[in-house]
Amino acid sequence: MSSVSLQNIDISYGNVPIVKKLDLTIKDGEFLVLLGPSGCGKSTLLNAIGGLTDVSGGSIFFNDKDVTWTDPKDRGIGMVFQSYALYPTMSVERNLSFGLRIAGIDRATIEKKVKWASELLQIDHLLDRKPSALSGGQRQRVAIGRALVRDADIFLFDEPLSNLDAKLRAELRLEIKKLHKTLKSTMIYVTHDQIEALTLADRIAVMKDGIIQQLDTPLNVYNKPANEFVGSFLGSPAMNKVEGRLVSEGESRFFIAGDFRLDVSRYPFAQNIESSRKVVLGLRPEHILPANGSAAAIEGQVSLVEPMGSNILAWSTFDGVSLSHLVGQDDSCEADRTFPVTIDVQKASFFDAETGWRL
Amino acid sequence: MSQAKSATTKRPLTYHEVWGRVGIYAFLGVLALFFLLPLYVMLVTSFKSMDEVRLGLIFSLPQQFSIDAWVKAWTSACTGLECTGLQVGFGNSVKILVPSVVLSILLGALNGYALSFWKVRGANVLFACLLLGSFVPYQVFIYPLVRFYAKTGIYGSLPAIVITHIIFGMPVMTLLFRNYYSGLPLELFKAARIDGAGFWKIFFSIILPMSVPIAIVAVIMQVTAIWNDFLLGLVFAGRDNLPMTVQLNNIVNTTTGERAYNVNMAATVLTSLVPLTVYLVSGRWFVRGIASGAVKG
Repeated sequence: MSSVSLQNIDISYGNVPIVKKLDLTIKDGEFLVLLGPSGCGKSTLLNAIGGLTDVSGGSIFFNDKDVTWTDPKDRGIGMVFQSYALYPTMSVERNLSFGLRIAGIDRATIEKKVKWASELLQIDHLLDRKPSALSGGQRQRVAIGRALVRDADIFLFDEPLSNLDAKLRAELRLEIKKLHKTLKSTMIYVTHDQIEALTLADRIAVMKDGIIQQLDTPLNVYNKPANEFVGSFLGSPAMNKVEGRLVSEGESRFFIAGDFRLDVSRYPFAQNIESSRKVVLGLRPEHILPANGSAAAIEGQVSLVEPMGSNILAWSTFDGVSLSHLVGQDDSCEADRTFPVTIDVQKASFFDAETGWRL
Repeated sequence: MSQAKSATTKRPLTYHEVWGRVGIYAFLGVLALFFLLPLYVMLVTSFKSMDEVRLGLIFSLPQQFSIDAWVKAWTSACTGLECTGLQVGFGNSVKILVPSVVLSILLGALNGYALSFWKVRGANVLFACLLLGSFVPYQVFIYPLVRFYAKTGIYGSLPAIVITHIIFGMPVMTLLFRNYYSGLPLELFKAARIDGAGFWKIFFSIILPMSVPIAIVAVIMQVTAIWNDFLLGLVFAGRDNLPMTVQLNNIVNTTTGERAYNVNMAATVLTSLVPLTVYLVSGRWFVRGIASGAVKG
């Protein structure tokens, strides 16, 4: 059991800064996901926590103990890599026990731990096989097992599911979640897959260019993105973005983009907004609802429909503004027809047009 | 896709293509004959008696098949003052070969491992210097090395020649292993570090067992190079350790009396037998090793 605290971390390769002045505290037993596009520094940061990359500034604490310059093996971590990184010349059993054998632990204990981990991960029937004789999913289980037997306090996952096909990915995702529930260890998980982040995390840290953009629960990150980047990075189908102005008229406030006009009086602005401020409206497709005879409906001209199985993504134009929105299978929404919708303003997001931050 | 492919291979060749194939095979056959001709001449001559050799019909098969020349080359041909044949040289060559090959490959692997995984500051400069070493003609080093060995008192001994072979093998061996290791995932190395393995543990437990394909390539290269070496053996090995190649030269270049062509031929074939066998036995492995170094994983 361990908490992790990163203070003022700087990491650079040569003169190129990868991570900049980063502060992050991970609670004991928390599942934290570092989410971001490739090159955002999330893997580098994880490697630094594991002691595999040197930081150029700042400190790393595990349980208030400074481990900034501690050797990886002494940090009490287990790490799982995208490429599995199993030792190809060793059997599964020897892969699992390699670290324990180096540590000079007696054979009975090793056997017990290997047995425990392999049963937990359902790989106990594969112990004599070489990694090359395993499927991708089995290999990643072995890699997780290798971290398990080490009695790690902190588990580091570096895109562990990215090499697997979609079905296996979903399966192992669930497995990792169960594992976290059983072990209650601190887990730090790096991914670029938003579904993995949203399903697994207690908290998500969305990163871009070496800086944490937002650190919050999955729901808050999804529903109240801190800036335009977070809003558009999460969510599939993607969030609609419309540039326009906010105009106050008496008690009411309107969002105006050309001919498009939307009453946004019910939106909970975090601060006072002066009139005619330039903003970007972020609207998720599922927050534009079929009107079903509501009075506040606006008519859209449907240009394209994309059936997605459970529902349909429609692309419609509302007074010159093109928005994608979700409709049900029974809503009889067809291309080249009109379709009435209501917009759930409370669930929308407004971002400053210049800084991109949430208003 | 695969169906279309099999369809094209099953299709009978057109008239045009058949003649194309015939041309190619004829050309390859002629080339092969051309390169095999010297070997043929050597073999038939070595099985002839001197009386037959004197007839000058170098392409004819031996009338009286005889292995006397082979026996003489191995046991009693004169290499300078002594007349004990090539067997002494063979023994010397083996004594030089085994430690030189083993040590140069181990050191090359170690170098390559250190350069690809333990990225020390200036590792690339170091590697560039090593590479440069393989382009310097090694005659340049001979005199300094002679002086160096003379000063340290090992000149003209087995260690001197072994060390020399290790030094000259180092750049190519390092290059070979470094390139092979740079194709291995770095995560493997990270995983081992987290498991608590240090520099030597990772090398011997993980990296070296994975190096079999490239090690076979290295063995072939080093065995051939060291066995065929003449100059270094002549200069550094000392009188008691002269390798087979030097003794072969002594046999062939004897200037007194009649030239025993049949013995010379037999001696030459005997000397080249080791690299020849290595190629024939491990050619398959050689190609596999080269390919596995090129393709990732």
